[in-house]
Amino acid sequence: MSDIKHTELHHEDHGDHAGMTRGKIWQVFFILLGITVIEFFVALYMVPKDIILINIANPIYIILTLLKAFYIVAYFMHLKFEKVGLIYSILVPTLFIIGLILVLTNESHHWVDVLR
Amino acid sequence: MSTTAVTSPIDEVKSTPWSGGKEPFSVEYGKMMMWFFLLSDAFTFSSLLIAYGALRFSATAWPAADHIFQSVPLTSIEHGAPLVFVGIMTFILILSSVTMVLGVEAGHRGAKKEVAGWLVATVIGGFMFLGCQALEWSHLFHEGFGWGKIPPAEELKHFFAHGVEPSAVYTQQFANLFFTITGFHGFHVFTGVVINVIILINVLAGTYERRGSYLMVEKVGLYWHFVDLVWVFVFTFFYLV
Repeated sequence: MSDIKHTELHHEDHGDHAGMTRGKIWQVFFILLGITVIEFFVALYMVPKDIILINIANPIYIILTLLKAFYIVAYFMHLKFEKVGLIYSILVPTLFIIGLILVLTNESHHWVDVLR
Repeated sequence: MSTTAVTSPIDEVKSTPWSGGKEPFSVEYGKMMMWFFLLSDAFTFSSLLIAYGALRFSATAWPAADHIFQSVPLTSIEHGAPLVFVGIMTFILILSSVTMVLGVEAGHRGAKKEVAGWLVATVIGGFMFLGCQALEWSHLFHEGFGWGKIPPAEELKHFFAHGVEPSAVYTQQFANLFFTITGFHGFHVFTGVVINVIILINVLAGTYERRGSYLMVEKVGLYWHFVDLVWVFVFTFFYLV
């Protein structure tokens, strides 16, 4: 009485794919479109008219881009519906990337000092 | 066989993912490997983009994106349309990601013709994006940018914001980084389109219908979404920030 599942090529054995319906897919598309429109609005209207300063706008772009990334990875790439272990396998190393961003941003401030 | 005796914990049949006797991630080998490859590719692109960020923010002057990317190729618009063309490119690529997901969804229902249709749309979207990128590059080449090339000194001031002293060194850095990173991304888009065409041929030939699963479409879909994801970041770092 073995519980061992053989790798059968039937999709029912590999995770629950009930997550994404056609409706949800288009919903996520419009969310991504909306976020992009906001980014353009900030870049082409609010920054030139000085409603938002560029050093506030930059973090806004990055946060909105990360939000888009979340929607693409979680829904289009289906990661949200996979087993939690796989989610962590992808998410935790990504933290290293965030760490690298912070370290090199800091480092680049020192480069300015050297160049000056 | 029902029993009223209490089983000790060590004899309980556990069903958690890591309790043994089953795949913890419950995901097919090829799909897991694709995820791990994409993670490694994410590190590569991140290194390039972070290097761009570090060089850009340690520079004393940097060309302004909305001054460089002013035209819309294939129209008569030569100036005054900042970021319009790249907005079109972003829209095309995100749309091709949507058609890819719709193809995967059709694959779950075993609807061969629908899968093929959505894959064709994705391939077309991919080619359109590549065409747009080629037009963008060609326009920049015409203006004098290239690897190791920049426009003549008297034209540099057009590419810097008001009050910023034009710099040949940093313009060159910008150009080198732009062509390298968008080129590397464009190469990924190209290989993605090639792979999608191969899978499309297989769909039409009935390979996955015989196999009983369109999982392959899902796997190349992951690669395509990754390509879209990278573009979202490239777009933000080169054109917005």
